[in-house]
Order: sequence, then structure tokens, then C-alpha cells
Amino acid sequence: MKTTRAKADVVVIGLGWSGSIIAEELARAGLKVVAIERGAWRDTASDFPPSVDTDELRWATRKEILQAPRLETYTVRNHAGQQALPVREWSNLTLGNNVGGAGTHWAAASWRFNPFDFEPYSRTVERYGKQQLVPGLQVQDWGVTYAELEPFYDRFERIAGTSGKAGVIEGQVVSGGNPFEGSRSREFPTPPLVPSHWNDIFTRKTTELGYHPFPVPAGTISQAYVNPLGVRMGPCTYCGYCQMFGCGNWSKSSPNACVVPALMRHPSFELLTETEVLHINKSADGKTATGVSYIDKHGMQGEQSADIVIVAAYQLDNVRLMLLSGIGEPYSPRTRRGVIGRNYSFQTLSYAYLWFEQEHLNPFINTGCLAIQIDDFNADNFDHSGLGFIGGAGIQSLSNSGLPIGMAGVLPKGAPTWGKGWKQAFRHSYQNWAMIQGQGTSYAHEDMYFDLDPTYKDNYGRPLMRMTFDYNLNDQRSGEFIRKQCERIAQAVGGQHIESYNFAADHYTPFRANDSSHTNGGVVMGTDPRTSALNRYQQCWAAHNVFVLGASSFPNNAGYNPTVTIGALALWTAKAIIEQYIKNPGPLVQA
Amino acid sequence: MNRREALISLVQLSALGAIGSASAGVLASDRPLAIGTHADALPQPPKPGALAYLTAAEAREVTAIFDRLIPEDELGMSASQAGCVVFLDRQLAGPYGQAASTYRLGPYLQGTPEQGPQFRLTPAQRYREGLEQLGQYCQQQHARPFSGLTGEQQDALLRTMEAGAAPLDADFFALLLQNVREGYLADPMYGGNRDMVGWRLIGFPGARYDYRPYLHRKGLPLDLEPVSLLDRAG
Repeated sequence: MKTTRAKADVVVIGLGWSGSIIAEELARAGLKVVAIERGAWRDTASDFPPSVDTDELRWATRKEILQAPRLETYTVRNHAGQQALPVREWSNLTLGNNVGGAGTHWAAASWRFNPFDFEPYSRTVERYGKQQLVPGLQVQDWGVTYAELEPFYDRFERIAGTSGKAGVIEGQVVSGGNPFEGSRSREFPTPPLVPSHWNDIFTRKTTELGYHPFPVPAGTISQAYVNPLGVRMGPCTYCGYCQMFGCGNWSKSSPNACVVPALMRHPSFELLTETEVLHINKSADGKTATGVSYIDKHGMQGEQSADIVIVAAYQLDNVRLMLLSGIGEPYSPRTRRGVIGRNYSFQTLSYAYLWFEQEHLNPFINTGCLAIQIDDFNADNFDHSGLGFIGGAGIQSLSNSGLPIGMAGVLPKGAPTWGKGWKQAFRHSYQNWAMIQGQGTSYAHEDMYFDLDPTYKDNYGRPLMRMTFDYNLNDQRSGEFIRKQCERIAQAVGGQHIESYNFAADHYTPFRANDSSHTNGGVVMGTDPRTSALNRYQQCWAAHNVFVLGASSFPNNAGYNPTVTIGALALWTAKAIIEQYIKNPGPLVQA
Repeated sequence: MNRREALISLVQLSALGAIGSASAGVLASDRPLAIGTHADALPQPPKPGALAYLTAAEAREVTAIFDRLIPEDELGMSASQAGCVVFLDRQLAGPYGQAASTYRLGPYLQGTPEQGPQFRLTPAQRYREGLEQLGQYCQQQHARPFSGLTGEQQDALLRTMEAGAAPLDADFFALLLQNVREGYLADPMYGGNRDMVGWRLIGFPGARYDYRPYLHRKGLPLDLEPVSLLDRAG
């Protein structure tokens, strides 16, 4: 038996940040919106109050808040000549499986990208010439600029309640913020968090070194706040149960805290939970979508037809759903043709880990992103002449780790990992370990891509998605450059023992400790249908009533966390749908 | 996997908590949701009494191993004194031991280190097999079980195992080390970390939820008495 639901104006696949943001905008504009979410309903009071939240084993170790590999996973390999194997156990891929998506358990680092990040091709060619790009690198402009997105960044930050200090307002540099950032129309909604002791040490030394430290913008908000949707948030308590946890204080920006309470009150909105979209259905001529087919947790299948289909699951799931649905031409690394699965980018991490001799860092006082950063080596903020790469990294003193199971293995190389010696080493490390993280840019390469795996299947017998990825020469060079900067700062702050790493010097693996969870691209926006799946409004070139939202739209990744850019793009697309597409359904940009 | 198995696996996931059971279906503004913390959202301390998964002999060997990994000394009690064997037993009997979150469809192939674990066995099965192999090795080498060796012999054997020298299994060593640390450092709610000994070792204040009073006491020892979820459960 199959359920056929009444037609909606819009069906939204996935209710994370993108899905909830665009659903709220469209429902408020009067459209009948149905969202379909694979995970269960989750709200602060019922599911993660302080009596439930403060449990490292349950949430951070056993990862109950994530999408289990059992439910859906991916196969990985480093190059096309390898047999891809499934990621069977918990890895660095941290997809959500609940209303709120990954936006429930994220660390809440709330960045805008640098203006360069949207136009890496034209700005690189203009400043250095094409020879700055290593062979095979797929660098292309997004089709939307920072200046165009600024009002949408601003609105997302208001909805999320973001804490921070502006560095540039209306083109004027203001002290205390990031002098390299794109110009803002106004100050942050709430002021910065109180920095940690480690943050203070980093600020002092990087200032002495001539850099420009500033507080990392945070979705763990610093004071009580009411957002434009009328939702109230409370001040962050620095409890340290942040990344991999829901927030019991209504302090961490999340769809659950900031958007869903308003969304659920729109009479024209409906939500199907614990229901998975199997594929997007196409019209007879294949040029538009007619809706989606789904299955609920009882195994009941159904169809939801709609005039507009918005794909707003996690980046990996978006790419897979497009491949499974046959919308857009899959990318072939052999012919270099096709767009679905093209332009995968990751995040190039470098670190300096350092141990002080006798500090009291009290690492349990933290948030997911309590950090001071310098952007002196990010984006195109420094001269890359002769360096052989583009991009760089935000370099930050991150105070986000104080939970003991996770810290038990954080020891200097050669220290005992068990026995009496471990107890002593752990006791010292816990109060004396600090990290300097270089969160680096990542650019796509023509040999790295997604496609459907020929061997491994999901619980319904459908192919898993296959990731073919390893670091490219640009990543290796930028990562090494950033590793040296991190190490230099670690020496300056007085680390007694220092270990530094360029992750791109090794092969990619989803299992490396402290690696990023930021996967990007695969269904990217752009200006040319031959190299992008979407136009500048995240509208599918191949089917004008399909919009694909999320980091899957990013042609490259910046030296920042992705969420606020994802949110700004969702608002940008919502406005285009409301003001242009509804009145005249069709391509918003002519191919 | 056929359709029926697929559905069964989903039902199992649901039973194991990987899919929530609350409020499935259609939610909308005219259908109010239940309010309040679900009873099943709260973890339950292990019931005292018999072992739930390990045999008595296995528990004895695990005790011997765990107490070399985390021994009793002036910094605190040993792993088994802190309840880590009970912790492990209950974990192995539960979703973790049954690999509830793990992708378990074949084929199982040997991959590169970068491709990560490809274990065919569940953690519970790995303990059964790993302890059996370790016992056989100890019998062959020393004519005694691991628990019958001297402390020095035990440490030497564990070091060999950690290094992955055949026939001992470095993966099993890593599992033992991970689990004993979990038991020693997880909330006492789960049966280990008795008297919050693991937290006292490093000065971690536990299940506290508000550090605003201490934000400006930077770089100072805070000596905060730790708090457990057990304190709240009563």
C-alpha cells in the first residue's frame, strides 16, 4: 500500500539549518510547505536538558546524536585505482539524524567566508596569473559575491544570535575584530564570549608577533537574546558539552532553538519525521521534478508531489540523492564531463599541539568554538607570489576540549599510554595541553569526486555513495606553510613540548583524530552548466524546480567552518524563489 | 539483504535508540507535541548482580588486564576497583557490544589503513575471541592464564600485544585500552569511575553545567568538587 499525500507548493528534504531556514521563509510567504526528515523530533526541553546533556560517554563517545553508519554510510578510497570500502564505524563524518540535523550537535563556529573565497579563480588570475594554479585544480567562481550575500549573512546571524566583534563595518576597520573580513553592515547581534586563559596567552603573543588576533564568531551566544523570529535564547554557560551535544540552555544556535519553534507555528507547514526520501521523481520529459517518494519507519511508502523540490539534507546525502534520482549528468573523471559528484572539497588541517610546563588551563571551561584567531594567513590576505599554492588557513587557539574520555589519549609522543605512567602523564597533559589549529582552505581536483558505489548497498538495496579523495598538491603546500606558522606561534607562546602536523602530508582518511567533518561540493553552484550543477541561486540547471541547498553547493572550501555561509545561501535562495520564481517559474539564469 | 531483513534492521535500530521513537509521523501547528523529558532519555545505572555478558572466567581475565592498564597507586584505585569490569560487561551486553551503530553488510575485504576498521565481529564477539586467543597464548608460553602471571610478565605481554607482535592482536589491545578508559572516565552512572576517581585524577568537575562564576579566575587551580548524573538521578 502506498500513501499519496495532497500536493504541496514546496517539499523540503531534510530539516537541518538549510531546510528549516528556507521552510520558515517560504511558509511565512504563504506557501504550503511539507518537510520530510529522516530523523526524529528533537527539542531542548525533552531531549537534551542539562540532566541528560552532560554525558560524554553517551553523546561524544557513543555518538548517539549522529547518523549511525548502520543507517547510511559511504565508501572511501584515495584514488580511482583502489577498491573502495565502506566506512563501517564512527568516523570524522558527523551527520545528524534528527530534526535540526547536524545543526543540533555542531560546534557553532559562525563564520562568514572571505570575499576571495567566492571568486578564487578570477581573483587569483588577476593577482598572480593562471600559473599559480597547480595542474588539475578545479578552481571556479561561485556566481555570487560576498557583497551580494552580505544582507543574507546579516539576517542569518540575527536569526542565530551570533556572538562576535566586527572588524570591518561599512568599509571602515574597527578595532578588536578581524581586519581582513568582508565589510559588514553592522555589529554582531551579541558581543564576544569571555576568552579562555589559553585564548589570552595566544592573543598576547600573536599581537607581539605583529598579527591581528580577534574572537572567533560563535553561535554559543554571550547574552540573552530574542531573534527576529521571536525566539528567545539564553546566555552560554561555557559548560563544555557542545560539539556532539544538543544544548540544554537554549544558548547554542541551532535549528531546534532558533527556527523550528517559529516554523512549527505556521499553519501552512507540515513535517514528516522518521521518514526518508528515497528519490526525487521527474516529469515525463525529465526537465522538472514532480515531487518525492519516501518510506517511513514502519516501512510504509508514500509520495509527496510538489511544485518545488528543495534538497536540503547533509552535503553527502544531497549528492547521493541527486545521483540516485538521475538529475544532472554524473561527473566522469575520465572525460571530465558531468557535474553531479564534481568539485569535492574538504578542509586542510594543520596543527601545533603544545604542552606547557606548569599551567592551569582548566580545559573543561569551554564552548565548541571558544577561540581567538588570526587571519593573517587565510584566503588571499598575504602575498602568495612564489609559494606555489592559493588559499591558507585561519589559525586559532581553540579551547573546545575538556571531556576526559576524549582527552585520555592526548599525550606527548612517547608518553606511557597505560599503567602508572599514563596516570601521571594524563594528569599533567590535561591541564597543560593546548592546540593551535590551522583550519585551511580546500580546492577541488579533477581526479577527486563522488559516484555511486558498484559493490556496497544501503538497507534498501540502493548503492552507497563512493568518495574518491586524497589531498592535492595545493593542499599539501598550503598545509605545510600553515603547519610552520602554527609551530612558530607554539614556540613563541612557550610550549615546552611541541608537535606539529600537516594532515595533507599523509593520505586522507576519515578516521584521523581532530580532523575536520567539513565535506563540501558535489552539486556546486556556478556560472557555467558544464562545470556547475546549480546556477547562482542554487537552482538546478537540469531541472528548474529543483533547488539544492547546503555545503554541497560550495565549489571550494574556505579556511572557515561552513554553517553561516550555508544559512546565508539558504536565505538568498528563499528570496529568489519568493520574489522571482513563484511569479515566473523557470530558470532564474539563462544557461 | 532482502526487504524483510532491511525492515528488521530498522526495527532493531529503533529499539536500540538509534532512531527515536517519540512523535513519529506528521507534525503541524494544530497537533501539539508532548512536553517534558522522556523517561527513556535518561540513562539508567547498571543493575547490581550477575554478569550480563562476560563469563566469570572472562571477567577474571579482564580484571587482570584492566588492573595493569590502570593500576592502583597513590593517585587512585585500579580499574576494577573503580567498577570498570562491570562497566564493560554492561556495555558489551548493550547496543555498543552488539555493534548497533556499525555498517555490517558485506563483502568484508582487507583495505588500506586509511579505510578504517572492517571488523566482521561485534565488540562483544571480539572480546570472546580475543580473550580466548590470549588465554591460549598464555597457556602455551607460561602454562597459566593471564591472571596467573606476575605483574612483570603481564606488562611484558601487554607491551608485545600493543606492538602487534603475532599471534597477539594490537586491535584487541586498542579495544581494551579504549574501554578501560571509558569505564574509568565515563559518568559513574554507567557503573565505573567509582567515587569519580577518574575525574579526581585530572581535576575534571564532571556533569556541571555552568562555569560562568569561574570565567575570570584564569590560570588558577579551581578545585571544584565533581558532580555525577547519579547525584541528579536520586
